[in-house]
Formats: sequence, C-alpha cells, structure tokens
Amino acid sequence: MNRISKTTRSNSLTYAGVIAAFIILQIMTGTGSISSSLKGQLVPICAYVVMAISLNLTVGISGELSLGHAGFMSVGAFSGVVAAMSLQQAIPLAPLRLAVSMVVAGIFAGFAGVLVGIPVLRLKGDYLAIVTLAFGEIIKSIVNNLYVGVDGGGLHFAMLKNANSLGLEEGGKVIINGPMGISGITKISTFTAGFVLILFTLFIVFNLVKSRTGRAIMAIRDNRIAAESVGIGVTKYKLIAFVTSAVLAGMAGALFAMNYSTIVASKFDFNTSILILVFVVLGGLGNMWGSIIAATVLTILPEALRSFSDYRMLVYSIVLIIVMLATNNPLIKNFLGDIRNRLFKPKRNKKLEGGGTNE
Amino acid sequence: MKKFLSIALALVLIVGCFAACGTKTEPAATDTGADTGAATTTAAIKIGGTGPLTGGAAIYGNAAKNGAELAVEEINALGGLQFELKYEDDAHDAEKAVNAYNALKDWGMQVSLGSVTSKPCEATSAETFADRIFAITPSASSTSVTDGKDNMFQMCFADPNQGSASAQYIFDKKMGTKVAVIYKNDDVYSMGIYNTFEAKATELGLEIVSATTFTEDSQNDFSVQLTEAKNAGADLIFLPIYYTPASLILKQAKDMGYAPKFFGVDGMDGILSLENFDTSLAEGVMLLTPFNADSTDAKTASFVSKFQEKYGEIPNQFAADAYDCVYAIYQACNNAGVTADMSASDICAKMIEQFTTMSFDGLTGTGMTWDATGAVSKTPKGMVIKDGAYVGLD
Amino acid sequence: MTFLTYLIKGISLGSIYAIIALGYTMVYGIAKMLNFAHGDVIMVGAYICFYAMMSFGLPPVVAVILAMIVCTVLGVVIERLAYKPLRAAPSLAVLITAIGVSYFLQNAAQLLWTTNPKVFTSVVGDGSVKFFGGQLSISYVTIVTIAACLIIMVALVWFTSKTKMGKAMRACSEDKGAAQLMGINVNTTISVTFAIGAALAAIAGVLLCSAYPTLMPTTGSMPGIKAFTAAVFGGIGSIPGALVGGILLGIIEIFANAYISTELSNAIVFAVLIIVLIVRPAGLLGKQTNEKV
Repeated sequence: MNRISKTTRSNSLTYAGVIAAFIILQIMTGTGSISSSLKGQLVPICAYVVMAISLNLTVGISGELSLGHAGFMSVGAFSGVVAAMSLQQAIPLAPLRLAVSMVVAGIFAGFAGVLVGIPVLRLKGDYLAIVTLAFGEIIKSIVNNLYVGVDGGGLHFAMLKNANSLGLEEGGKVIINGPMGISGITKISTFTAGFVLILFTLFIVFNLVKSRTGRAIMAIRDNRIAAESVGIGVTKYKLIAFVTSAVLAGMAGALFAMNYSTIVASKFDFNTSILILVFVVLGGLGNMWGSIIAATVLTILPEALRSFSDYRMLVYSIVLIIVMLATNNPLIKNFLGDIRNRLFKPKRNKKLEGGGTNE
Repeated sequence: MKKFLSIALALVLIVGCFAACGTKTEPAATDTGADTGAATTTAAIKIGGTGPLTGGAAIYGNAAKNGAELAVEEINALGGLQFELKYEDDAHDAEKAVNAYNALKDWGMQVSLGSVTSKPCEATSAETFADRIFAITPSASSTSVTDGKDNMFQMCFADPNQGSASAQYIFDKKMGTKVAVIYKNDDVYSMGIYNTFEAKATELGLEIVSATTFTEDSQNDFSVQLTEAKNAGADLIFLPIYYTPASLILKQAKDMGYAPKFFGVDGMDGILSLENFDTSLAEGVMLLTPFNADSTDAKTASFVSKFQEKYGEIPNQFAADAYDCVYAIYQACNNAGVTADMSASDICAKMIEQFTTMSFDGLTGTGMTWDATGAVSKTPKGMVIKDGAYVGLD
Repeated sequence: MTFLTYLIKGISLGSIYAIIALGYTMVYGIAKMLNFAHGDVIMVGAYICFYAMMSFGLPPVVAVILAMIVCTVLGVVIERLAYKPLRAAPSLAVLITAIGVSYFLQNAAQLLWTTNPKVFTSVVGDGSVKFFGGQLSISYVTIVTIAACLIIMVALVWFTSKTKMGKAMRACSEDKGAAQLMGINVNTTISVTFAIGAALAAIAGVLLCSAYPTLMPTTGSMPGIKAFTAAVFGGIGSIPGALVGGILLGIIEIFANAYISTELSNAIVFAVLIIVLIVRPAGLLGKQTNEKV
C-alpha cells in the first residue's frame, strides 16, 4: 500500500517537474531572456526526452538491451513527414496536421516494432542487442534506398532506382528522394507540441508500468522462468513493451523531423541509438525522471561546451567517462549514502540499499 | 542512487552553464584583435559559418574555415572595412548545424557563410531565410540549398551544372564511348551529380555501360565496382565523388591491372595534396574544377603560399571557395556602403541587391555573377593530372 | 574467374574482420563486456605504424612491432583507468564507459593527427602474384593478411589451451570467483587479455590500412562494428568462432556487393546475421547454454 502511493507520488512529481520546466521556459521565451541557442534546442530536447523514456521502457522496465532504437525514430520521422506533406492541403491547420502525422508515425513505427520484435525477442542479452543493432542498420539502408512521391493519383513508391522511376504525373512532388532524404519540410513542430508529447509519453509509460501488464513485464525481467511458471506469456508481454516503445519513438521521430527543413536516413544511425542509450543508462534504468534530466543535460552539454572549440568533443567524452566512473564508485556511493542517512529517516535507508544493489 | 544521479547531473549542468557564460564573454577579447593585430577600435562586421570541424567530413569544414580565416586576416590588414569571423562545428549533421547557427546568432552574426556541406546547409539556409540574414555558402552545392530562398547564394557550382557539364565535356571531346560511373549512394553531392550526368548522357547518346555505387559504410573495397566496369568494357570511369574514396579506386584499379581513363569533378581536387599519396596513380586523371592550386596566376600563387605558410598544407577548392566568399562579401559591402552598426536584415537587403548585380573576380573564376536563385555562373576548367600536377586540358 | 577473385577478396577482408573480432571475443569472454573502443585502438595502431614508417623512417617490421607495443600499453591503460573501477558495476555502465573511451580516442586522434586523410604505405609492398596467365592476381597484402590471420588463430588456440596464462584466462571466463579461489590473479589475467586484444588490434589496423590505404580518425569505427558483428556471428567468446564469423562476414559482404546490390550490401550482411542468430541463438560456434533454474 505504502509502495504504491510512493510510485504515484514520484510519478506526479515527474509530471509536475515537466510542467514547471515548460512554464518557466515559456515565460523566458516570452520575455526574450532565453538565448537563440537554447531556444533552437527545445524541440530536439523534447524529441530526445521522449526517445529516452521510450527506450527506458525497453531497457529499464522490460530489461532488453536495444541498440537500434534510432531505427524506429527513422521510420516515424519519414512516415510522419510523408503524411504531413501529403496532407498539406487536406489539413491546413498546422498543429492538427502535426498531431495526425505523429499518429501515422506511431502506427508505422509500431508496425516496424512488431516486425522486429517477433524475431528479436526470442533472443537474450547481448545477442538481442546485436540483432537490434542489425535491424537499425537495415532500416537505415532501406530508407536510404526508398523513393516516395506524391501527385494527383496518390502516393508512389520505388526502391533502389532514382526519383525518375516514380513515374509522377505533371506537378507531382518527390517527397523522399532516397539518400538525399526529404527536403523542404515545413517546420510545424513546436515546443508546445513537444511538451504535450512528453506528457503523453509519461502518461502511457507510467500507466503501463502500473498496470497488470506492466507488473507482468517486470516479473519477466526479474525472473523469466518464475514468471513463465505462473502462466505469464513471455513473448506477448515483451512484445507489448517493445512495440509501445517503438510507437513512442516513432512519434518522437516525427516531432524531430518536422523541426528541420531537411532530414536524411543516415541521421538515425548506430551513433544516435547509442546516444539515446547513454541518456537512459546515465539517468538510471527504469527511472523516467532520470531519463528526462539526462537527455536534457546531455543534449545541451555539447552546445554549452562550444567555447572549448576544438576540444569540445574531447571534453564531452571525458565528462561522460568521469560521470560513469563516479556514479559507480563505491566510495562516492557510500559517501552519498551517508549524506542521505543524515538527511532522511534512517528507516528508509534499508529499503533504498536493497533497491540500489539489485542491478 | 537516483538522488545522487540528479546531483551529479546538476553539477554537470552547472559546469555547462559556466562554459556557456564563457562563450559569451570570450570572443570579444580573443577573436577580434589577437590574430591580425589590426586596430580594434573600428567595429567589425560579424561573419559566421558552420561546417564539419570534427568527424568524418572534418577535412572539408576545416579547409573552408582556414580559407575564410585567411581572407579575413588579409582584409583586416588592409585597414578599411573590418571583419570578424567565427566558425562553429556542425559535424556534418543538420541538427547540429542548426544548433551551431543559433550559437552564431547569439554571438551576433550579421552575415552568414552558410554551411560547408549540403544537408546541413539546407537546414541552416531555412533559418537564415527566416531570420533575414544574408548567406553565401562556399561549397554546399545541392540545389535544395538555394531553392526558394532569395538571400541564399552559392560560391560553388550547383550539382546539376557539374553533372551535365561533365557529360557534355566527355561527349564533346570524345574522351570515351563506354562510360562507367561509380558514385556514392548515400551522399547528396554525389547522387545529385550522377542524376544529372545520367540525364545528360542519355540525351547526348553517351553510353553508360555500368553504374555502381558505394556507401559511407562500404567505402573501402571497390573491387566489385571496378570488376563490373571492366567486364562491361568501359573505357572511361566517371567519378562524381570526393578524392578520398577516389584515391582508393585509383589504387585498386591499378592493382587489378585495369587502366581506363578517369574523369572527376571538383570533389576530386585535393587528391594530389593527400598526404603520402602516390601521385603516379593519378596520372592522366581528368577533372572539371574551378580551382587549381598549381595555377600560376598571381592571385592563386599568393593565396597558396600564404595558406601553406599558415596551415602547412596545400589549399583545396573548399578553402578557395571560402576565401572567395569572404572577398565577395567584402566587395559587396564596400559597394553598398555596409557598416558594422547595421542590422543583419538591412545588410541582407543590400547584399541581395549587390550580389544579383555585381561581377566578382576570385580564385575560382573571373567575372562571376549570380542570378536571383543564388546560383553562381562561372566556367569550370578541364584539368588533367600530368607528372603530379594539374595541367589545363584545353 | 571473377567468382574466385571475389572469393579471395572476401576471405582477405574477412581475415581482417576476424583479427579484430578476436579482440572483441577474448575481452567479452573474460570480462563480459562489449569493448566498443576496440575499433579505435585499431586506428591508433595504424597511425603509430604510419608515423613510425614515414616520420622516423623505420622499417615496416619495426614499425608494426612499435605499433603493437604502443597499443598494448594503451589497451592496458584504458583497462586500468576506465574499466577496472567498474568491475562490480552493471554491464551497461561499462558499455557506456567504453563508448566514452571510443569518443575520446577518436577526438584525441583528430587533435593529434588532424582530420586530413593519410595514405598508408602498405607494409608488405605493392605487387601481386599472378595465376592462370594473369587472369587471377592476388596481391601480397591479401596473402599476408590471410596468413597472419591463420597464424594468430593457431597461436591463440595454443596459448589458451597450453600455457598457464591461457588456462587462467579460460578459468576466469568460466567463473571468476572460483578462479580466484584457485589462486589465479583475476585482475592480471584480465589485463593480459586486454593487452593481447590491443596488440591484435594494432596488427589488424596495419593490415586494414595496407589493404585499404586511407587513414583517418574514423577509420576504425565501421570495421569495428562489422568485426563486432562477426564476433557475435561466430559466437562471442569463442576464438574459432571469431575466425569463422569474420571470414564468413567478409565473403557475404563482397558477394552481396557483387551479386545482389551494392546499395543494400550492409543490409544483407545484417539480415544474414539475424537469420543465423534466430536459428542458432548463440552464434555459429557459441556455447548453447541451458537455462539454470
């Protein structure tokens, strides 16, 4: 009973934190006291936060290491932009068009999630990780060779040739031009949209975790055999977590893509997947609030380090290593544990220790 | 554990903030005076650009940055109009390019050099268009960079021009009857040139017997592509790619004992200055390029020697294009009477007017003009590599 | 004949993957970590060899040995500074640290050696052996690469099965706690494994750049990922598995390029990997473990 109320409280704190951050940033934007640099990063930060939360669902809650999460972002980004561009006339209202294209992006990414999930979830541990990496690369290759155009007769698709093979009518428009990606995207993503998407993502993830399904998913993570023996369908529940995660990643992809005038498939490569994984690990597995902070800080950090000019990425890598070493250093852990003991009731300490070491 | 993480992250954030504060105060002190020694009493026009200064494409970004830096130094030494230059890293990525652009905007950029590579430049050009900041890119050659943006100009040829010019050139000079093309499938530049080359070749009746591709992830082994070209009996291979993979293709062709003619585009320029490259491999390679570091005209010779002195390497066309960009801006500013205290949008209006009417002589061409779309008109020179040096083909 | 040429190309490319994969597989076997910085150690090895030959005019053999020494030291230093403190930490933390080290090496290389590509001079010289009246030519690099791969493989199998240190390695990879109780110094053993992996990376770097002579700070990353794939393909943790996985991957890559599609060759390589893993979830030669209840 006590435990449930605790998670509810931490969840509502997370909502409150996100809403407070949004309000503060909106006021700052309104009064003009925010730099262009930070303002320009608001939407990508939202997209990365959603990516981190959704990956945390796979890695933290479901316990499957995925190295191909950017693939779903890619599917979402491209399907979302295609939807937005072909609905340009049908839905003139930008926020509505964005919402519709995000739904389309989510559906496509979810579909990709099912396709990838069924074979992948039969595997375990690092083998699962490498297969997700492989799928990420395959998605990248396929999108790189995909041509999509729109004309009076609807959408046209082609693979591997070039845009001329689409056979568009007069006045038709090429949307995805293979490796050249999409050009001339109307920028309809806004910070508000990103904020709403974060809330939506949190809502979905928190409710999933709290539900019966969520408990089944975590039971499988903690002890697959025990979970199986009490009649939990392992593949089904793993797939639910994986596909939900893919859907959310797809929506983040659509949000991300429509913040820039151009997007290419090679953006969503292995490095992007790794970047998102770094957010998740640094923020703490299963800890959504941690993912939000880590995604935000690590997106701003390289920009904040611009004054180091040439040494920027070197400093970034050193910070990354030091943070990883520090957060796992027993001395520092104990030291902080002591502080915590003094600050909080000693009664809670035992529970926290138990929770902290089961990783 | 969770608490600790939040604290650690907060610390990182604070460090980051300090670093950010550093950015805002530093440039004024370091960027203006130190390098040139010019008097800092007169305010300078702030020119900013983004380019890949790190990562796989860093060579192009750094070349452009160095070229532009050299031009700014020369101009500031003249004592008239003063420039202040700042390049930010975009790691050849559209998202980071927009971040870099915003950082430059915070710095107070008045004129932009766009981005060095095409995709990032497409992203930043949308921003410069919306913010009414004039931009001229040294090397982003895709047409979607300038599409529908009245304040975006290019110093390099647009990709379609290169493709059709190459096909025309090969056809006119009867260099080959059976052409093979090896291009980079996931590169905007390479694809852009290939598509127009193919269209033009079909139109002219030039036979393309083999068209093979490679990607960023597979740019080591070209044995398959070369074997295919050889089996198809190609006597000329068109390489609309940058010189690094091209150098591998030349070597592997030689190892195979296959010696067709090779024809490149402006991305091929620089192959001779590749460190430790066996220039005999490039013997007889032809290319269309607007810039030639071995040219004997005074302007180029002085640029090359100064560049070598300062950076210890021979400049390539990226450096030359960026150098030209800065001088073109200088000329336009002087013509229009632009001063440092004008707002970016005022400068933008004046620059558009200048660029669409003026004619500019630079390293990469003489009598260059720009049309309203922002595309440059200059004639490419046909070059051939002989005894490790470029020689005019005509 | 074309087929044979492609096959030999594939084996040669695969041999390089195999040597890199060995580094992954040995470290994984003993430390249970994916050492993502391995690909960048390759790049460092190639740079050391390049500068030893070009700037100091050392003969190729000496340059290669020097590169091996530098990489070995580098490998041990990385292990001591970045990985050892995390021995008790969750494996994901180590993974992220390894990625941090990889970023660090790439960016440090960029600052030290600039981003301008260097053309690597082959350590075995240019030239080739001709067969069937010149129809089939095999370059010296190819021959040396394949030979080096086989020699390394035999040496490693001998080392792990016959020497004391090798046995200690196997014991550690089996059960660290029990190995320690038997008087094996686990930390030293892990360090030695890293040292061997890094020395192999230096050799792989030199061979890679001899065959494909472009050297940049990012040179190691793609071959690194491919070799990692190869290690998993063959069954990570298994030394013969790395050989089989590497060579198969090389052949599949070249054949996919030649007979299916150059655009999709990467996708095909990864698709084959997925199929193999679905049929054999622990790789081709990996140990199929039963779940303990």
